[in-house]
Amino acid sequence: MKTFMTDVLVIGGGLAGLRMAIAARQRGHETVVLSLVPAKRSHSVAAQGGMQASLANVTKGIGDSEDVHFEDTVRGSDWGADQVVARMFVNTAPKAVRELAAWGMPWSRVRGGDHEVVINEQRVTLTERAEAHGLIAQRDFGGTKKWRTCYAADGTGHAMLYTTTNQAIRHGIEVHERAEAVALIHDGERCYGAVVRNLVTGELIAYLAKATAIATGGAGRLYHVTTNAVICDGSGHAIALETGVARLGNMEPVQFHPTGIFPAGILVTEGCRGDGGLLRDVNGDRFMPNYEPEKKELASRDVVSRRMEEHIRSGKGVHSRFGTHLWLDITLLGRRHIEHNLREVKEICQYFLGIDPAEKWIPVRPAQHYTMGGIRTDHTGQSPWLKGLFAAGEAACWDLHGFNRLGGNSVAETVVAGMIVGEFIADFCDKPENDAPFPLTLAREFVQREEAKLAAILDGNGHENPFQLCTEMQHIMTRHVGIFRNGDELLDGIAHLQRLLERSAKIGVSGKSRAANPELVATYRVRRMLKLALIIAQGAYLRTESRGAHFREDYPRRNDREWLKRTLAFWPDEAASMPSFEYEPLDVMKMELPPGWRGYGAKDYIDHPDTPCRQQEVDATRSRMEGQGRFAVQEALMPYTDKLPASLTGRNERLDEPLETSR
Amino acid sequence: MSVIDQAAPQQYRHLRLNVLRYDPRHPAAKPHMQEYQIEEADSMTLFIALTEIREHQDSTLQFDFVCRAGICGSCAMMVNGRPRLACRTLTRDLPDEITLAPLPFFELIADLSVRTGKWMRGMSERLQTWLHAQEREVDICRIEERMDPDLAEQIYELDRCIECGCCIAACGTAQMRQDFVGAVGFAKIARFRLDPRDTRTDDDYYELIGDDTGVFGCMSLLACHDVCPKSLPLQTQIAFLRRKMAAQGL
Ligand SMILES: Cc1cc2nc3c(=O)[nH]c(=O)nc-3n(C[C@H](O)[C@H](O)[C@H](O)COP(=O)(O)OP(=O)(O)OC[C@H]3O[C@@H](n4cnc5c(N)ncnc54)[C@H](O)[C@@H]3O)c2cc1C
Ligand code: SF4
Ligand code: SF4
Ligand code: FES
Repeated sequence: MKTFMTDVLVIGGGLAGLRMAIAARQRGHETVVLSLVPAKRSHSVAAQGGMQASLANVTKGIGDSEDVHFEDTVRGSDWGADQVVARMFVNTAPKAVRELAAWGMPWSRVRGGDHEVVINEQRVTLTERAEAHGLIAQRDFGGTKKWRTCYAADGTGHAMLYTTTNQAIRHGIEVHERAEAVALIHDGERCYGAVVRNLVTGELIAYLAKATAIATGGAGRLYHVTTNAVICDGSGHAIALETGVARLGNMEPVQFHPTGIFPAGILVTEGCRGDGGLLRDVNGDRFMPNYEPEKKELASRDVVSRRMEEHIRSGKGVHSRFGTHLWLDITLLGRRHIEHNLREVKEICQYFLGIDPAEKWIPVRPAQHYTMGGIRTDHTGQSPWLKGLFAAGEAACWDLHGFNRLGGNSVAETVVAGMIVGEFIADFCDKPENDAPFPLTLAREFVQREEAKLAAILDGNGHENPFQLCTEMQHIMTRHVGIFRNGDELLDGIAHLQRLLERSAKIGVSGKSRAANPELVATYRVRRMLKLALIIAQGAYLRTESRGAHFREDYPRRNDREWLKRTLAFWPDEAASMPSFEYEPLDVMKMELPPGWRGYGAKDYIDHPDTPCRQQEVDATRSRMEGQGRFAVQEALMPYTDKLPASLTGRNERLDEPLETSR
Repeated sequence: MSVIDQAAPQQYRHLRLNVLRYDPRHPAAKPHMQEYQIEEADSMTLFIALTEIREHQDSTLQFDFVCRAGICGSCAMMVNGRPRLACRTLTRDLPDEITLAPLPFFELIADLSVRTGKWMRGMSERLQTWLHAQEREVDICRIEERMDPDLAEQIYELDRCIECGCCIAACGTAQMRQDFVGAVGFAKIARFRLDPRDTRTDDDYYELIGDDTGVFGCMSLLACHDVCPKSLPLQTQIAFLRRKMAAQGL
């Protein structure tokens, strides 16, 4: 058995994985990163629009602060987020932006003086402050009260990933690319690393580590139309699930992005609407103001996507050979703006649609975009059920996003969680009691088990085709577990998925090579994907309410009384055809922001019995402490700074909020 | 309004894809061309075509796609003799007969799959493509250093490289010397040279690219410039660096 030993094994070379690796390495721990593809090709590279952090440099951001960012995030999550984690996040996001700037990130900058923008179809002149000239700029994004989204033109993810990867290279962090973690090595209590398949040679290798961190991104490929890369199949979620003990949190809310180009599903950024672009229907009419008079095109994504589908259902969609779509109109932004600030959008339109978006409208329809659910961890990023297993980024649920994540909060989460969880991983490795000797016998058992599984696939003489099963699953998920859900449809979908899971035991592969063999890979991947699909569908069926991106036509109201709780799914019996579920209640009495109306979307919800009481407490504290400053009030309502690594507790400076000079 | 619903019902073409196949780990099977036939569809890209072939005709065919949106740089290959990103190449822009080969120069994994990533990491290590800011402890709680907005945009322009390898595949010098840093390497140096946060001087850059593996190996024929899918301003940057480095060498 080939083995590889290290202190920290990071599975995933996207933003979250690399930033964790840098943190652990800087604290002196040997760290190795695994990735299916070269790190710079991870899907973080695709983020266009930007990263939220309350720097408050631009005019439209004045008055922004951690407090406003916190409230937007919690409202966006439809109160599903862990508010302590949200606080840790908003305090660290400005630091993450500034750290990236210090590492060379080419953030777009504020230009002092007048500039024209388009707001609500009007050309408006904004005046940027002279003292903000040259500082990092922010743009508008959905679901936010202030302009908060920092960006590098429309290649933010690319620039962030290159900046971060280059730092990892500088620190000499090895990335083992074309390597796939196929199982975690564990004894039911502690995780010791992973069984890793070399995707070129097919060889299995045991990687043993004190701490193992999963940062494998999203699972968009469970759906037929998605903005995600072809490698985003949730394999990190799945290997955690297959331990039988680790839990996945809130898998049922799935985010659909309003503007996937039709029909390919490639994303055009929310920045299009943030910068003033409009949605139009078959008659060329702008329809969002009728549904959402306040935020219009810039309500949160779950709301805009639902309104679009609703509008299509009412017969206002544009019919084409491939089905029905709506239009995104950015022509009003003008060619100069499009060619400078929305270049990737222009290229995508040119290469995949053959149109010039400065002249023609873009055909769009909501497409799967983001996996809110993930490996459930505590605020340190560690799984409460499997010591030594950490997770961060889109693959994790430490629970920043609850039932809907805001645009720009995800790349922000990757680096923020990387900074925070990376420190906790280093703390974990520093503790002598975690120095457990590497369990070679256990590792051998796990490698042999995976060998046997692969051999069984190659020797099997079934007749099912893995690609076919995958396509069927994607259609079921899109049709039955999509934007609008209801009990009957879900039950139907679940029955279908279970049949597919049975059929996946009877796959036959024609090529018998153990090395690079796309059919073999598709076989073991589709089995895992089906398990995740079942978790999403069954979780959606059980949750008889609507919250954030999870919308039940038969239960259209948010129901805090019964459902203010986090779904935890696990798969204790490998042979079972269904996952197990348990629920983790959220404590209203500890919330800084008790549940209420989001400010967009439905106004109608069922209160939690504790909400009025907590609201009173909060109001009383606020009025009692009037004049004592926002930090003191916050501290009184919901202390969190003791949860952050000491290096990240500092306050953030702004033009309007200078730090005291004596530090 | 869009091309999709305007397009008149078409006759779908029959495409012939000739793919250069070889797996160095099975050297008994010599490199050979294999032909696949496929019916064209609307907005079909080479990503769609190759995926369809792999799922329905030949599950052993190897190639790399990740983002399928022209942004990750995984899928560069020779398409009728020219390096291109396969995922954003529409078949309707190509003749009925399409020849696909792996990018030259890079280590071949098999068929159309090459190790561009490994070479790019080596290049990054060699040219130290990270910001060098000596002696500067930045306090990340404090307001960031200012930068001129135009300069930030210029740096971003050079930062858009996706490390796809097209420029290397098209480059005559690279075909002759494996240690040539190529246009991608020059773009990186130009990017950090432009960045006032980087404290390196032209002396330092000269150490990195002031020889035949760097700017003095370049023949300035600019094939790189023509094939770069991100339209990086390679021509002006290479000319500029050559002048600067030549001045440095005096
Ligand atoms: C088109 C698009 C645009 C977006 N735009 C924005 C935006 O503007 N703002 C924003 O905030 N968010 C945006 N997002 C979301 C955001 O980009 C992602 O959520 C985030 O980048 C995920 O980062 P990550 O590090 O968690 O995972 P990824 O970057 O996806 O990285 C996953 C890594 O894990 C590796 N991996 C996966 N499985 C395995 C395995 N089994 N073994 C080994 N390695 C494995 C992969 O190779 C990869 O290196 C966008 C997403 C998409 C799809
Ligand atoms: S410079 Fe252009 S062609 Fe060369 S690697 Fe970068 S993006 Fe590709
Ligand atoms: S100009 Fe220089 S780098 Fe570009 S293709 Fe020619 S030799 Fe190569
Ligand atoms: S697959 Fe990413 S550029 Fe082609």
